[in-house]
Amino acid sequence: MTTISIRKYASENGALAGLLVLALVIAIMQPAFLNTQNLLNVGVQAAVIAIMAFGMTFVVVAGGIDLSVGSIAALAAMVGALTAGPVGLVVGALCGLINGALVSYGKLPPFIATLAMLSVARGLTLVFSEGQPHETDSLVTFLGSNLTPMLPLPLLLMLLFFGITGLILTRTNLGRRMYAIGGNEEAAKLSGIDVRRQKLWIYALSGLFAAAAGLVLAGRLGSAGPQAAVGYELDAIAAVVIGGASLSGGVGRATGTLVGALVLAVLRNGLNLLQVPPFWQQVVIGVVIALAALLDSLRRR
Amino acid sequence: MKTLITARGITKHFGATKALDGVDLDINAGEVHVLLGENGAGKSTLVKVLAGIHGPDAGTVEGTASLAVIHQELALVPELSVAENLFLNRLPRRFGFVDRAEMRRRAPELLDRVGLDVDPNAKVRDLGIAQQQMIEIARALDKDAGVLILDEPTAVLTDTETDRLLEIMGQLRGNGVGLVFITHHLDEIQRIADRITVLRDGRSVGVLGPKATTQHMIELMVGRSIEEQYPRARQRRGKPLLKISNLTRRGVFRDINIEVRAGEVVGIAGLVGAGRTEVARAAFGVDDYDYGKVEVDGKPLRRNDVQAAIKAGLGLVPEDRKGQGLVLTATVGRNLELATLANRDQKRLTDIAGKLRIKGRVDQPVKELSGGNQQKVVIGKWLLADPKVLILDEPTRGVDVGAKVEIYELINRMTAQGRAVLLVSSDLPEVIGMSDRVVVMAHGRVAGELPKGATQDQVMALAVQEISA
Repeated sequence: MTTISIRKYASENGALAGLLVLALVIAIMQPAFLNTQNLLNVGVQAAVIAIMAFGMTFVVVAGGIDLSVGSIAALAAMVGALTAGPVGLVVGALCGLINGALVSYGKLPPFIATLAMLSVARGLTLVFSEGQPHETDSLVTFLGSNLTPMLPLPLLLMLLFFGITGLILTRTNLGRRMYAIGGNEEAAKLSGIDVRRQKLWIYALSGLFAAAAGLVLAGRLGSAGPQAAVGYELDAIAAVVIGGASLSGGVGRATGTLVGALVLAVLRNGLNLLQVPPFWQQVVIGVVIALAALLDSLRRR
Repeated sequence: MKTLITARGITKHFGATKALDGVDLDINAGEVHVLLGENGAGKSTLVKVLAGIHGPDAGTVEGTASLAVIHQELALVPELSVAENLFLNRLPRRFGFVDRAEMRRRAPELLDRVGLDVDPNAKVRDLGIAQQQMIEIARALDKDAGVLILDEPTAVLTDTETDRLLEIMGQLRGNGVGLVFITHHLDEIQRIADRITVLRDGRSVGVLGPKATTQHMIELMVGRSIEEQYPRARQRRGKPLLKISNLTRRGVFRDINIEVRAGEVVGIAGLVGAGRTEVARAAFGVDDYDYGKVEVDGKPLRRNDVQAAIKAGLGLVPEDRKGQGLVLTATVGRNLELATLANRDQKRLTDIAGKLRIKGRVDQPVKELSGGNQQKVVIGKWLLADPKVLILDEPTRGVDVGAKVEIYELINRMTAQGRAVLLVSSDLPEVIGMSDRVVVMAHGRVAGELPKGATQDQVMALAVQEISA
């Protein structure tokens, strides 16, 4: 391989290389990391954030941000527990649609619009739940279960959503338009793309994915809690950014986001195995996020 | 007379374009030196070299005097007070805090020097453009600028405000300041200039004295020659494909009537700020207008609706290629398919890239291409959409000579296929050479229409004329 193609490969797969190095280091320090059961565990742990982050990828590629995904996940799970799972999905998509309307027709900055939704959706979760956790029905519980001991459903769902995300980003008009809008909104508009309507769908997708993530989380726990998924939006954003997407829009891939979510899960799992105190874990994760973003910014120069 | 700044043999390239080619310029104390030239002649680049923003590729700038540039876009902070803006970066301080008393004491002196009577505590936001300009000038004077460069300051001023500015320039000249004045208004030049350096295509083509006639200035500015550079193949005119009637947007353009027929290229000439781009954008549905009508092939367009315009067969290649035409983060192919997402077909993309002779692969990031090839991508995007009428706004700006000719040939091919082209261009030889008719705009109005074979003098005479509002 020539120097140039190595560099190109490394720059396109920096996150993947980072993930492998990370896994290697942990495996050397604590061989138990490589147990099949542990690896499956990592996958399951990554699933909720990954599904949420796939939805976030659409928004970030289109040049926006969605801070409400954690709250939407909790609301969808709660509504799902109180009524039925699919209703939760509908509620999540509706919340996303409202985000989209506020951003495109209300001309609010995405940060503000979704910050408002973060609060509203969390508040509604508390109202509906009356502050109590609620048991999930069998359908939702099934989402968090294992098909066989070696085949956890959350892992499969993560891969399913990964496939859907890749398909939307690369093979649909909506996906192509996300890159155009995030890369240069003015050029997209002047090329006849109805930027406002596209944004509606983009935020609705993010809401839908967040709701799915919320149902998977509730399924694993067997109940929907009023304080579920607090702060998950930040992990989702971190996964997208570690995966190489640019917060200024126009850049991002499904593979990158998957790797980003895995990096976070591997790191958490590894730090636990190495018995790093939880308070320090947060410090380490923060440093890793900063390093990933720093590498990305150096690469672009 | 004392020479404050001496520039010799200034040469500057931007990529393949030679913006300046061996320009000499002296700035003397107590003198107003006018820089005159068409859009793109190199005036702004020269100013940037003098100010040290761009380093020249060749040549020297020598001088001891400190220099201040008043740009067209003002560099003031609207939310701060007049006094704070005057001393921005050098706020007087006492015990580490801003010394408001000192600031209030010194501000009126400075404002007096430019004859501005405003409250130093007023917010800059609340002042008019002319007053803001004066504040910038006052700020420059406080830095003891020996040389003051004014880049088209009168473009945004009313007649009275312009009078006031010229008066102050006269006073500053009397105080020994060296002034460089860029303007398109020949009458202003005749009122204030001591010397006039005329730039054309990056070269200094003559230095005139204060008594220069308008005729002489225009002749030097536009030059002669170059008709064969524009390989316009004239077509028989067909039915009207684009009809703009009485299009008006208050304060921007008024009563615009333009008709373009099948097989025809109609040019729109005029100075920067004449409203050409604004008319093009309104016709395409990007911006709204107050009244008037736009029809494509006899069908009226809904206002402010780009999708409808594209559906009716209209396309727009915008003036700002990177800011409005391209998604720089994406590949050539993705940019080509932007206007026709439904038609996603790798083969068609490769075909069109080949036909346009785009030097670059379809899967290559578009930002790696040269300006000319980037422009061909923007044009290619529209050719895929198969428009009846294509509006080209400054299609060859920043494009090298070879690619320019290729773009002209594309225009010929489009009209040969019975399409219509509306060509907005500041490049006079180009707009005259390529158009079958030239509409000249000035101050948001159509100042006149010239048939093919018009001279550059005729176009300029219409473009610089003052229309009473």
